[in-house]
Amino acid sequence: MPDRDTSANPVTEGVTISTVSERDLIEDKLVGRKPLGLWADTWRRLKRNHLAVVGLCIVVVFLAVGLTEEIASFTPKGYLAPHDPNATNYPLSPKGLGSPPSWSHPFGTDYLGRDVFSRTLVATRISMLVGVIAVAIALIIGLILGPISGYYGGWVDSVIMRTADVFFAFPYILFVLLIMTVLGPGLWNVFMAIGILSWATYARLNRGSVLSVKAMEYVEAARAQGASDLRIIFRHVLPNTMAPVYVAIAMGIGGAIVTEAALSFLGIGIQPPNASWGKMIADYLSYLAAGSWWMLAFPSVFLTVTVFGFISFGNGLRDATDPKLKE
Amino acid sequence: MGERLLTVDRLSTHFFTYAGVVKAVNGVSFTLDRKETLGIVGESGSGKTVAALSLMRLIPDPPGKVVEGSLMLGDRDLRTLSDEEMRQVRGNDIAMIFQDPMTSLNPVLKIGNQIAEAIMLHQDKGKREAWRLAAKLLDRVGIPDAEKRVNQYPFEFSGGMRQRAMIAMAISCNPDILIADEPTTALDVTIQAQIIDVIEEMQQAYESGVILITHDLGVIAEIADKVMVMYGGRTVEYGGIDEIFYNPHHPYTWGLLGSLPRLDEIEKTRLTPILGQPPDLISLPSGCPFVGRCLYERPECRDQWPELEIVGPEHGVHCWIPEAERREVRASLPHFQEYVR
Repeated sequence: MPDRDTSANPVTEGVTISTVSERDLIEDKLVGRKPLGLWADTWRRLKRNHLAVVGLCIVVVFLAVGLTEEIASFTPKGYLAPHDPNATNYPLSPKGLGSPPSWSHPFGTDYLGRDVFSRTLVATRISMLVGVIAVAIALIIGLILGPISGYYGGWVDSVIMRTADVFFAFPYILFVLLIMTVLGPGLWNVFMAIGILSWATYARLNRGSVLSVKAMEYVEAARAQGASDLRIIFRHVLPNTMAPVYVAIAMGIGGAIVTEAALSFLGIGIQPPNASWGKMIADYLSYLAAGSWWMLAFPSVFLTVTVFGFISFGNGLRDATDPKLKE
Repeated sequence: MGERLLTVDRLSTHFFTYAGVVKAVNGVSFTLDRKETLGIVGESGSGKTVAALSLMRLIPDPPGKVVEGSLMLGDRDLRTLSDEEMRQVRGNDIAMIFQDPMTSLNPVLKIGNQIAEAIMLHQDKGKREAWRLAAKLLDRVGIPDAEKRVNQYPFEFSGGMRQRAMIAMAISCNPDILIADEPTTALDVTIQAQIIDVIEEMQQAYESGVILITHDLGVIAEIADKVMVMYGGRTVEYGGIDEIFYNPHHPYTWGLLGSLPRLDEIEKTRLTPILGQPPDLISLPSGCPFVGRCLYERPECRDQWPELEIVGPEHGVHCWIPEAERREVRASLPHFQEYVR
């Protein structure tokens, strides 16, 4: 770039001002610590919260187990567990109450002689699938309707938000039952039912952030560039409203897993002989009185630990991304 | 000067609020030629920004509305264009640089991404080509190491560099008209001078017309060819840069110039402020909005807005004070004595 002739101006005579000043560059270096991005900053603060780190570890372990089982389900064997989860020829106790934990069956066997450990592992896949896919469906609906609602305002906002109110007003389980009755039992229908019912949480959460972000100057700058409404909403506004959504996702996955367990417990979720934690809890509950504690205990512990993991990670994430708690 | 780019005729923009109709811009007319710089000065609330946003049709509606006037961009009336056509105008024919570079770049998108987006919106270019152009533009506006800098986020840029990036984004589609809305207000003084230089260089290179909105008369003196002085939503005076600085005719312009510190002042004197408060834009007087603060007020000032009086080549003023008397009053003002011809 040619330097501008500044000799006409007595103040800047002989001075060539054409590139960023050295001061600018020095300033860059003097600031010292490179400013952290959202994720790096969040991670720095999340690390100090031990409960959240424990939660994160649980989440990672269970997601890994679920993913492994998912991959294994495409192999000819169909599972990755010490025993076939649906095979019934393992040691039975004389009374048909299964056998207690042993070296070959660490979680024992159930009333049909199936290996509880293998069933629990395979069920992890179902629970993780429900958590991830149901929340993904809810997110897709919620993150389309929420930003549109917040950005346009007016009657669009009213229609979408009143619809969300209706979804909030219904008793949740009752509504899921209703949809499941209409759709019929089955894995994909569980995903759909939970997904359809929880979009309102994300839509409402996101709409609030959109309201504040749409007033930002960079949104107006994008408009002044000639960007269309949809481009502004989904490229400029939405990415700036995601921090609270990530937290809601972590919490939402835990919630979806519990809902699936409840549905399966009620008999309209996963169908036998497939295993899910809720299904196993439902099946094995009546054997507790006869003293066969191991059937019920292990799926319950897995369910509780997983949900605990997701929720404490979600809580930690919320604290770590909350600008009010920044030091 | 070159071809006529823009003709604004009696533009009025009002905001319809619960408290009443806010007459933010009231019958403002101006023109802009190629390679010309028009400075719009006036205090906060005088309608400078609203006038510029009206040009881009970016007034939030409701509550705002352009109620009157024509905005001719070449031979197209911007008021009659469809939303789709208007989107093509924005960024491509008229681009804007905003006041605060800290908030006018999207924090989650890389600088190069934002510039490339502007390019891809209006030009038939692929992603790779647009990014390459983005790096080139950053280099043009004087950002060193542009190849590396395009891949950085706004938080890695300092204020002055962000404003340079904003300028790169604005000129990316070679717009005919560049609107700079107080481009230096949020920057410190040393950076201000650089940014003004960059804007001027870009204007030379791209042969754009520039509308520079500011309340800093120093900036106006530096680069404007002509000046429009706004007060209370009206143009009180317009004229060439020398006319406004050396031969001002409106009492408000006198006030503005009188309240400036001067480098060549030998004796220490106090600045003369304009007394009073800016008018309430909801209940403007039917006459001159400057009544109440004007030291030379006359009975007719309150009720009727004076017609345009041509006082020189390309120099007009709206004022009831007779011209002879204006010259006399101005000659008596201490800070004008050495100027008067």
